[in-house]
Amino acid sequence: MTVESSATDRDVESLDDFRARARTWISANLQRSDFASHIGVLREESSDEEELAAVQRERDLQRALFDAGLAGICVPREYGGQGLTRPYQQVLNEELRGYEYPSRLQVPTFVPCTAVLLEFGTEEQKRRHIPAILKGEELWMQMLSEPSGGSDVAGAVTTAVRDGEDWILNGSKIWTTGAWWSDWALCLVRTNWDVPKNRGLTVFMLPLKQPSIEVHRIEMLSGSSEFCQEYLTDVRVPDSDRIGEVDDGWTVGTRWMFHERMYQNSPYTTIPAGSVRGGSRISELFAVARDAGRLDDPVARDLLGEARALELAKQALNKRVGQGMAARTISDQSASISRLMSGVVESRLVTIGYEFTGADGAAWDEDDGAVAERGVDYLLRQVWCIAGGTTEMARNAISERVLGMPRERSHDPNLAFRDVPKGRAAG
Amino acid sequence: MLLDPSPDQEFFRDTTSRFLTDRVPVAEIRRLRHDPAGFGAEYWRSGAELGWTSLLAGDATGGGSIGDYGLVDLTLVAYEFGTHAAPGPLVPTNVVADLLSRHAEAHGDVLTSLVEGTATAAWCFEEPRAGGTVASDGVEITVDGDEVVVRGTKRPVEAAVSADFLLVTGRSGDGLSHVLVPREAPGVRIVPLKSIDITRRYAAVEFTEVRLPATALVGAAGGAAADIERALRVGAVLGCAESVGALQAAFDLTVAWAFDRYSFGRPLASYQELKHRFADMKMWLEASHGISDSAAYAVATQAADAPELVSAAKAYIGHYGGELFQDCMQIHGGIGITFEHDLHLFARRGAANRSNYGTPAEHRARIADIVEYQEANR
Repeated sequence: MTVESSATDRDVESLDDFRARARTWISANLQRSDFASHIGVLREESSDEEELAAVQRERDLQRALFDAGLAGICVPREYGGQGLTRPYQQVLNEELRGYEYPSRLQVPTFVPCTAVLLEFGTEEQKRRHIPAILKGEELWMQMLSEPSGGSDVAGAVTTAVRDGEDWILNGSKIWTTGAWWSDWALCLVRTNWDVPKNRGLTVFMLPLKQPSIEVHRIEMLSGSSEFCQEYLTDVRVPDSDRIGEVDDGWTVGTRWMFHERMYQNSPYTTIPAGSVRGGSRISELFAVARDAGRLDDPVARDLLGEARALELAKQALNKRVGQGMAARTISDQSASISRLMSGVVESRLVTIGYEFTGADGAAWDEDDGAVAERGVDYLLRQVWCIAGGTTEMARNAISERVLGMPRERSHDPNLAFRDVPKGRAAG
Repeated sequence: MLLDPSPDQEFFRDTTSRFLTDRVPVAEIRRLRHDPAGFGAEYWRSGAELGWTSLLAGDATGGGSIGDYGLVDLTLVAYEFGTHAAPGPLVPTNVVADLLSRHAEAHGDVLTSLVEGTATAAWCFEEPRAGGTVASDGVEITVDGDEVVVRGTKRPVEAAVSADFLLVTGRSGDGLSHVLVPREAPGVRIVPLKSIDITRRYAAVEFTEVRLPATALVGAAGGAAADIERALRVGAVLGCAESVGALQAAFDLTVAWAFDRYSFGRPLASYQELKHRFADMKMWLEASHGISDSAAYAVATQAADAPELVSAAKAYIGHYGGELFQDCMQIHGGIGITFEHDLHLFARRGAANRSNYGTPAEHRARIADIVEYQEANR
């Protein structure tokens, strides 16, 4: 990444001036955030109409941030960003504390999609898409996982076949968050079946709203249908929408997943300090303990203290890993340590919330306040250890790539991908 | 430990590291097992010359810092004490020096002797809990004309056996006071206790009508509350940094063992079950580094979130550090729980620090108080 060095030749605004400008604009233009939104785990929060209205509101917020010179803080100026450094993004995060912000656009539109475009996109691709993203005109999705393979992302079987200046894509992608209201996607596909799996992949970008892509929504056990699956049938993509070299998609893909793991530390994401998605659940958990009448219970207080200690340790770890990677004192593989920590901490916090509820965790109505739905959250807590790459994969990466331990034996290292077993043998 | 020390900080840390490697190798630490003080006077004076005792002492007495904050610099020494399981009253002497530096006009001579390494100090803070088998009267500090009288028992007190000066916390009516008591003062009785650590010494300290000039008070009678909070934070921060060093040493030993030790024809490091446990340990270790450094910086800069970060560091490192040490022992097998192996030297230091300056549960309770206050005032 060259973000830190993209200094411009204009007079750079001082951090204090930037803070004052951001503070003035935010208080004049943004509403206070809805404290009750995005609590719990993948809850069914609204109707489709309400969700679409919320998405539109976030597009408008993004446009307003863009017009105010507060979008793409660390994105180079030639692509519509501010060309500033990480500390400016940090200041914006601090000043946004307690205010609404375009939360749905941060992941995956800015990270990993914009980060991947900046790193691997052609000049023309970047000029075409990044300003549009910063204006809220393009919401992006990542088409990475497939129904036939979970953690084995390089085993993709969605296929692109060359047809003149175009490629024809067929297959299916899954676990795309909010694909039904999104505009564009990054898509990892197979372009060569005659080489080992990692060497036959290519990355494309494609518009989602087209007849040859059918978006199916997946209902989670909570009733949420935020996740989607897409069916691609003869989707035509021009070669000019290819990202990176043909058959070199794994180079792009590994950085893509790196950016995803680093979203809380990325220079491209805006995450207000103290917000639920900014890494603090403590106000939410406190509300559960309070509404459950447990604040005077030493057992509950011990758990509340544990929850906050875990959050602060997670934040301190993220800071350490982010600084170390930026300064090149530790390898980028250390991002997996942050990923593992977020999985185990977030899932533990959900368990603590359920513990607060006592018997009411299993049966509630609206009078229960913050206690309501905690039982369903508890059942869904594993999402923190699955989404964004499983904690098992993170543990493999830490032990093998950070500590240098022997890699798991692969059964398909030198096989052409078409010859790799893909299911239980017949008979 | 800091990921990005300045060249001066790195030189400072490395100097102490090389000194400890040379002067207190594990064979020397084992030899000190039966030494009453647990460390040598000349060793301590040499360490003082390296800067172990001056970083919190203020400028007036030859103190000063390497980087921007003396406490942050001192965590580098504490970290090296951890990686070497080094002997000596590093934390208590610095806690006392820090407090005396806040009252240097009255106690400059003692402070100078601590900085020069010609004397050491202990902070007498913990008291036996009422209702326990060793319950006894806590310490009362009474002003009597131009004298001050100390009565009661403190237990356990780190480094009291070897300390030249005892900084004693006690009640004065509704308030709390500090008195600096020379160890040789009449009425002071020091009873050594058994210690979890090889070289660290603890004692019960009894004060029977110990009568000193009122100038022995450190700060105003009844006005020590802020100093106590400061001392608890400094002690906790240094203990955490030292524990992180001990964790790093135990982890490195165990990683090396996993590569060297073969079972069923392959190294332990090749088993996914063990690799995943190493991944968890690495996460605990790096999070411990991170929260320890965050807490040190917050205390050094007197940040508003310092109390919360210190308690989070104590709670996290105390709990997960213990898990890490035990996993290191498990992966070593039987050899890991012998006296001959070095692992216990580090595990002991971590366990001792877990108990000092508040246990994980006590700090979780403190955090809950802070959260409740914050939520009531948001």
